[in-house]
Amino acid sequence: MSATATRGIGGSSGAALRALEVDPRLVGMLAALLVIWVGFDLLSGGAFLTPRNLWNLSVQTASIAVMACGMVLVIVTRNIDLSVGAILGVTGMVIGVLQARLLPEILGLENPFTWIIAVFAAVLVGGAIGMLQGALIAWLAIPSFIVTLGGLLVWRGAAWWVTQGQTVAPMDMRFRRLGGGIEGAIGATASWIIGGLACAAILAALFASRRRRIGFGFPVRPAWAEATVAVLAVGAVLSAVLVANSYPLPVGIARRLVEQSGGTWVAGTFIAHGLAIPVLVAVGVGIVITLLSLRTRFGRAVFAIGGNPEAAELSGINTRRTIMLVFALMGALCGIAACISTARLNAATNAAGSLDELYVIAAAVIGGTSLAGGAGTVAGAMLGALVMQSLQSGMVLLGVDAPMQNIVVGLVLVLAVWLDTVYRRRIR
Amino acid sequence: MTPLVQMDDIHLAFGGIKAVDGASLDLHEGEVVGLLGHNGAGKSTLIKVLSGAYRADSGEIRVRGESAQIASPRDARRYGIETIYQTLALADNLDAAANIFLGRELLTRWGTLDDAAMEAATREVMGRLNPHFRRFKEPVRALSGGQRQSVAIARAIHFDARILIMDEPTAALGPAETRQVGELVLQLKQQGIGIFLISHDIHDVFDLADRISVMKNGKLVGTARVADITKDEALGMIILGKCPPGAVPGPGAMT
Repeated sequence: MSATATRGIGGSSGAALRALEVDPRLVGMLAALLVIWVGFDLLSGGAFLTPRNLWNLSVQTASIAVMACGMVLVIVTRNIDLSVGAILGVTGMVIGVLQARLLPEILGLENPFTWIIAVFAAVLVGGAIGMLQGALIAWLAIPSFIVTLGGLLVWRGAAWWVTQGQTVAPMDMRFRRLGGGIEGAIGATASWIIGGLACAAILAALFASRRRRIGFGFPVRPAWAEATVAVLAVGAVLSAVLVANSYPLPVGIARRLVEQSGGTWVAGTFIAHGLAIPVLVAVGVGIVITLLSLRTRFGRAVFAIGGNPEAAELSGINTRRTIMLVFALMGALCGIAACISTARLNAATNAAGSLDELYVIAAAVIGGTSLAGGAGTVAGAMLGALVMQSLQSGMVLLGVDAPMQNIVVGLVLVLAVWLDTVYRRRIR
Repeated sequence: MTPLVQMDDIHLAFGGIKAVDGASLDLHEGEVVGLLGHNGAGKSTLIKVLSGAYRADSGEIRVRGESAQIASPRDARRYGIETIYQTLALADNLDAAANIFLGRELLTRWGTLDDAAMEAATREVMGRLNPHFRRFKEPVRALSGGQRQSVAIARAIHFDARILIMDEPTAALGPAETRQVGELVLQLKQQGIGIFLISHDIHDVFDLADRISVMKNGKLVGTARVADITKDEALGMIILGKCPPGAVPGPGAMT
């Protein structure tokens, strides 16, 4: 007791946070995000915190957020992957050619299976590239920095080589829904249903975990803390749905939709976008990777390797296989991100994903992933991606020049990591 | 009676250096064998062959008289061989339960980690070893040296070890904690567990061990019952490689 009490962050807010068992770093990140959002909103005269801007922000974040989930695991094992942007590029080209040139010849245009085959191919190609790099790192003991630095050049070159640099377009119509946009939103009713299901799942999980701890006679959070966590989580889900459902489709599209379904258009009819499909994909990936890292043997092995590789090896963990699989997973997630960004652009270009590796690493690190290994959360990395995208999007809104944007993002990255270092030193 | 473990004529070289050069050891049920020698004498290397961390170039290991193939730590555990490493081999970023069950986690029926069951087992085993231990939710980095040691010991004894290897178990401990480890060794011995106690300090070992084996320059100097030799004679074995009359000389004994 005395040890935990003297270690405190100080005052009653620290005690409250401990009762909530919430990571103070996550709270800090949410606070930073809030400051950024409110700040840009004030500076832009209320243009930032609009359903339209927040919706676009969520869609723009999706691709980086998906890759950041994998990067957390890579960095936790004391490795790095510099090739994610290039893997995204080459995978995007492969699936672009597949659905714009190869599949139409075999299946015909706009075949309902085209998008499924394309997504499957992206995950497979990305995963295979990742596994190859992972095998070099794990078995040949070449440092991951070098393997993936080489990979950056190799796969970027390969992306060019697929079509000799030509851009491939257009993409399959169903595939394009993965990129968001007007066809890529699920509408108001479906959004509420998904939101409701998510809330039910959160409450069920909280309840089940509490009952289990009581069953074993372990200490549990006080009831008020449990309730606060539940209210915050459910509130966050419902407000996200509310925002997405407050962003109307453009009048022309709304009118076409009404007329297509046989109704008559009444001026001022409000049809909402609802949640965007790429955002749902990113959230789904985030949940899966979180469960993988916290609730499976594989995830436990990943963190053990990061904490003490020798101890992991002596515990009978197959460290090499684990590391290879982490890189394979990273590659597969690059494949998913390639689907999102190719669909959003409605074209595959050999420059897609350029510099993404830096944004992905920055998102993970801003999200509290330690480059020394052994520590990091998927939720933090996704928040980190949102912070980065908010900064960029906000600066675009304010008309800040592109070079200045880079300067700001770079400075924020350094500042965030410095703050994290200070925090870690204080809790020691 | 068949010994619990026999290591026969083990050879292991790293590059041109013969770290272990024809060493043989044995251990019976309920027996404590001290393995002594200077730093670099080859005792840790020899014992790591038994725990599966290294693979011998030649030689044979028998567990209960039957030839055992130990190629990895996982194999060693299958033979009931548990090791407490000098470095403790804990993942500092994980909590006590995660460390104790590392590599053999308890799973729920859906194949996910059963953290609650692992925490319950951890509370039980730590309650026996270190009743004051309360910091179950914190990474072991935050624990004191003695607490970390008890986590490492808990990991070794929780899984019904038959053969326990303790590599310098008291190197990082204060006098009170050292005494505690000593009591634990005697308690485990009474349960019929065979224990290898590795140390460079003969005082640690003399009080606890039934027999000692001494290594020097990768070779076995000799093996003796503690009752048959004096501490000075044991020191002579360690420093000079001189085998006293009460000991059975090995290939490394000074002639």
